[in-house]
Amino acid sequence: MTEAPDSWDHAWLCLQLLALDPMGLGGITLRARTSPIRDACLTGLPDTGLPVRRLHPNITDSELYDTMDVGATLAEGTPVLRRGLFSAPALLLLTMAERCPADLAAKLALALDAPGSAGLIALDEGAEEDERVPPALSERLAFFVDLTGLRMPSLTPPGLQDAAALRDALGHVTATPDDMRMLTHAAARLGVDSLRAPLLALHAAKAHACLYGRGSVAQEDLETGAALVLAHRATILPLPDEEPAETPPDQPPPEHPNPSPSAGDEDRLIDAVRVMLPDGLLPQATSRRAGAAGMGAGDKRNARQRGRPLASRPGRRDGRSRVDLIATLRAAAPWQTLRRTPGRKITVLPSDIHLKRFETRTERVLIFLVDASGSAAHARLNEAKGAVEHLLARAYASRDRVALIGFRNQEAEVLLPPNRSLLLAKRRLSALPGGGATPLAHGLQSGAEMAWRAQKQGLTPTLVLLTDGRANVALDGDQNRQRAMLDAEHMADFLRVAQVQALVLDTAIRPQKPLIKLANRMGATHIALPRASSAGMSQAIETAVMA
Amino acid sequence: MTRAFPFSAIVGQDQMKLAMILTAIDPKLGGVLVFGDRGTGKSTAVRSLAALLPEIEAVRGCPVNSPSIAQRPEWADVPDDAPLVTRPTPVVDLPLGATEDRVTGALDIERALVSGEKAFQPGLLAQANRGYLYIDEVNLLEDHIVDLLLDVAQSGENVVEREGLSIRHPARFVLVGSGNPEEGELRPQLLDRFGLSVEVRSPDDVEERVEVVQRRDAYETNPNRFLKKWDRADKEVRTAILTARDALDSIKVRKAELRKCAELCIALGADGLRGELTLLRGCRALAGYEGAAAITREHISRIAPLALTHRLRRDPMDEAGSGVRVSRVVEEVLG
Repeated sequence: MTEAPDSWDHAWLCLQLLALDPMGLGGITLRARTSPIRDACLTGLPDTGLPVRRLHPNITDSELYDTMDVGATLAEGTPVLRRGLFSAPALLLLTMAERCPADLAAKLALALDAPGSAGLIALDEGAEEDERVPPALSERLAFFVDLTGLRMPSLTPPGLQDAAALRDALGHVTATPDDMRMLTHAAARLGVDSLRAPLLALHAAKAHACLYGRGSVAQEDLETGAALVLAHRATILPLPDEEPAETPPDQPPPEHPNPSPSAGDEDRLIDAVRVMLPDGLLPQATSRRAGAAGMGAGDKRNARQRGRPLASRPGRRDGRSRVDLIATLRAAAPWQTLRRTPGRKITVLPSDIHLKRFETRTERVLIFLVDASGSAAHARLNEAKGAVEHLLARAYASRDRVALIGFRNQEAEVLLPPNRSLLLAKRRLSALPGGGATPLAHGLQSGAEMAWRAQKQGLTPTLVLLTDGRANVALDGDQNRQRAMLDAEHMADFLRVAQVQALVLDTAIRPQKPLIKLANRMGATHIALPRASSAGMSQAIETAVMA
Repeated sequence: MTRAFPFSAIVGQDQMKLAMILTAIDPKLGGVLVFGDRGTGKSTAVRSLAALLPEIEAVRGCPVNSPSIAQRPEWADVPDDAPLVTRPTPVVDLPLGATEDRVTGALDIERALVSGEKAFQPGLLAQANRGYLYIDEVNLLEDHIVDLLLDVAQSGENVVEREGLSIRHPARFVLVGSGNPEEGELRPQLLDRFGLSVEVRSPDDVEERVEVVQRRDAYETNPNRFLKKWDRADKEVRTAILTARDALDSIKVRKAELRKCAELCIALGADGLRGELTLLRGCRALAGYEGAAAITREHISRIAPLALTHRLRRDPMDEAGSGVRVSRVVEEVLG
């Protein structure tokens, strides 16, 4: 990045504003891996007037809420309460926020919504594009700071002079209805649907005004607020010389009698946002919106609550697993003579506690790799789509997740990250155009990547490849039939080593020898699709996949 | 703790507000499902509903809010002379990832281990008895919790048979769920449990959006003044709900309208008879709310989308929303 100093200014400003109004602004998403740079950034956070508490994605309920401290309770013989993180207002620091499971996100969101209870700094350490903070959280956090590619700051962070006095003054900063109107208009023009965004921008503007000792919000504050809050949420960027009335294509033109208060001022807001958008960020922002569902459903099913019972194990009570009372008492029984204390019938020590364990099968994710090249389109792309749809319906019944990757021309594209929403899958699938060359190796590569990531999350991936096997683009983009097939075979080897269950559906008119060979190398089942309706086709697949 | 955002101050979202008012009038309607994008005021509406609901009378200290001493569960630690107190209708949050123990209640492990007593620790279902159970992101709820809720919602009774406990207590509650459909679907069985369903989206009109931001800001800067300002409107709604409750039994349902309800459900191919029943109940509540003496066709056409949209036998892959189908058929049958 060329504007490194600016980015640090941006980060410092966000932190200053957050320190002024941690509750109103919700917090910050800080995207950076663990590094001295991130630490340097965090030390720049001025005193917020709140205690900072760290939490991690696997934090248990007993640490979040007030609960009985079992260890102390058993030792004392009287109930001992342990205070949870949510029991007092605090600034929460969530590490590895991109791995935050849906249930924790929901609990944190609830805490953020409750007035005056918490602010959150989500440390997003995601390395991959699709590793993101759950949208339920990022939606509630005002700022987004990306430290990727920054060098260590050369200057010391500005800090806050007299933070407490400023915070007092913040309550008296006023904003006119026109200010709010302007922010709301700007948000609408930038394609930000959620109404939380303009509110957060308003809070940011107020905090900024307060920072500069103003008693009411000025144009400059609005610009800063819009830039800091709306920029990373934008999904549409109005063109610079466009008429304000006809900006977002799907937005009806404002029909109120007095059009936006001062169109010129509003444009300056949009411009302020535009400055904040480095090249290439907007598509990312857009795809983030589209893929927002990617992190959707809960993570790996914990085998602590249901499934086939296994033998209990000694362990600490963490609020998630269940105590096996019988096993606990059995463990305590031999010691009763030794432990006998007057006045207590039975003495159980924390070390006696046994937890129940269950075994469940991990969830499956079906990754569809669809060849949309010209040759395949000519063969039976539509029938293949029909078959996939049929499989999707089956996946719905068995609560599998589905992902969709299409490949054509020079590249493979993830059309849908692993997800439970079949509606999305179907929409993306039917929107998949056909035509172009066949980059089979690319397709296999991104399929393998996704499978690998799914395995890391504790899911069981199954790859379903639909192609006619006429690979003609090598991994380096060269249109060379032989090298293309060679690359594809390499990827197949990789998949076999990774032990990914796979299925190859041959959509060509006649079964293709090279494809059979490829399937063998992948350790996959090869099925030549019968020339039939998509229903007949899917029946053939079903017996193979669902077996 | 400041009070929640006032219900009447929510801008737009009339369908959602109507659905919530209707369930408040007739809890037997069976709850509301609100599906929509983030930041459209779903949770705000539910939380503000609590302030709107009429108070209930319950035995003091009773874990399941029993209406009289005689009805308190025998396992509850409530003295025989506990007085009746009025309290707000409970609105209980069921957080995602809540354990089964937390939902149904379980053996009180602490008491069991420390004093060797076998005591029952009531869960969220007990708390929600006679009130509301709110599940945000209901579509992400784990399957085994869903099964459990279905069972309890159907029987109105929570039965705990585990760890040597055998306990039952009434658990009659109105289920309110909200979620974002892009993140996953809801199982049809659970869908069917919700009486009414609403789809909300961000207002398209910029002025309306501005109004939302302004009101929210006013609420956050000075909650007390804002609450005072809207107190009257909220009170009016509350009175209207109470009046409608009283009027519910006296509202006339004519054969002709009943026939229309049935025709509508047949034309739509809604499964089971629950559709008709909810439609009828909803119409009656609406008529009561608006002070009408009998159900009219207009009531039916207004309630039909709320009561039937989620009941159509739906191909999981069906793209066009069922909403379109419902309004078309409503027009045909009633038109």
